[in-house]
Amino acid sequence: MDKFTDDIGSVVAQIPDGATLAIGGFGYAGLPLTLCDALCEADRRDLTIVSNNIGGEDRGGGRLAREGRVRKFVGSFPIAPVFTEQLMTGRAEIELLPQGTMVERLRAAGAGIGAFYTATSVKTSLADGTYPSRYDADGHPVAFMAPKETREIDGRLMVLEYALHVDFAFVKAHRADRLGNLQFRLAARNFNPAVAMAAKVAIVETEEFVEVGDIEPDDVHLPGLFVDHVVLSEGAAR
Amino acid sequence: MSPAIGGEAAGLLAADGAGWSREGVAERARRDLRSGSFVNLGIGIPQLVADFVEPEAEIYIHSENGIIGAGPGAAEGEEDADIVDAGKRHITLVLGASTFDSALSFAIMRGGHLDYSLLGGMEVACNGDLANWAAPGRTPGVGGAMDLVQGAKEVWVLLLHRGKGGESKMRVRCELPLTGAGVTTRVYTDLGVFEPAGAAFRVIERAPGVTRALLEEATEAPLEWPEPDA
Repeated sequence: MDKFTDDIGSVVAQIPDGATLAIGGFGYAGLPLTLCDALCEADRRDLTIVSNNIGGEDRGGGRLAREGRVRKFVGSFPIAPVFTEQLMTGRAEIELLPQGTMVERLRAAGAGIGAFYTATSVKTSLADGTYPSRYDADGHPVAFMAPKETREIDGRLMVLEYALHVDFAFVKAHRADRLGNLQFRLAARNFNPAVAMAAKVAIVETEEFVEVGDIEPDDVHLPGLFVDHVVLSEGAAR
Repeated sequence: MSPAIGGEAAGLLAADGAGWSREGVAERARRDLRSGSFVNLGIGIPQLVADFVEPEAEIYIHSENGIIGAGPGAAEGEEDADIVDAGKRHITLVLGASTFDSALSFAIMRGGHLDYSLLGGMEVACNGDLANWAAPGRTPGVGGAMDLVQGAKEVWVLLLHRGKGGESKMRVRCELPLTGAGVTTRVYTDLGVFEPAGAAFRVIERAPGVTRALLEEATEAPLEWPEPDA
């Protein structure tokens, strides 16, 4: 079993236009920059991007948005002015999720949980069907996020949230071996395990590629069975 | 880190002498945090609370992106790209810190494991409703705000009592989109300390130099005074 390749181009080539892609990272920490750059160079478009934030950074999701490749953003922090402009002129859509709901929906997808109830967002515009998901060319709302089913559980109102499955995931690891075993570092772990779990195909870039056994069993943060491909981050040495 | 408590020299009082400065609000809230507790500090005045937490208090700061034991900002030249806080600033970790993934980080919030969640606010209402994520004319990023108000044992809102135009942020009902309904357990403003009591804010404490008349004028919602007024 060898999931490692130097050929980033052919790994990224399997992602078609219109794919749903989840990207790990919080700001630049744990953001798979090399893979995002490769996707831009492959000229993919109409993507649905699931990631915590978009556009706080020049690269990663920020670059995908700037180059007009994002058809829909699913996440908690859409702060790129360029994405806002695309949204308000009907060229992009949004599904705005509370951060913890987003990561739990991804985790649920990978864990075989169909849906779950949470108090997060109950009695807010993100749950009652009033938050616009799409605008026309003049900035008038033409579609809204679906209202969430609400139920009282243990005396507390909660909303129903469904698992969030994705076609592909981009993951950034600190160390990886050819089996795909991953070790993350400090606060760069963030969404990376959840996006890998939720994806049909998880593509990892790593700062360091190591021999099988170099990552102690206790230090494997994500077992290789969640991982399909491993490439090196730009500037990293094998 | 400046654990200066109560000193005017530390800039804890408002420039006009009525009430606290932003730092003063943070310092006042810090005095109510128990030693040996776990706390999340949101954007705005809550971030300033960290400056008043002495290491020996063993108050551990949770950061939504996967840290317990977030420390002060990193010195220039000593930044670690893998250690950032919720505002994406380069910070340090304190001795005894732990790091984990986002799913666990939000389980910590929703699961009721945090002692305190301190948040900034645009409006807070006497029924406990909080609005702090979406203002007109701003790109709405919700981040972790809606998760942070659910589950923590105490949800404190730290904000200035009035907006730039003098309008009261202490309201009967929030007009801006809600972050959470009925979630606030305590409010710290530049004019005092309050508890949402349903149809009114209960006055816990008036800040130095704040008269009863000033508080009545600055608060849209009714006030409930302790008997006798302290």
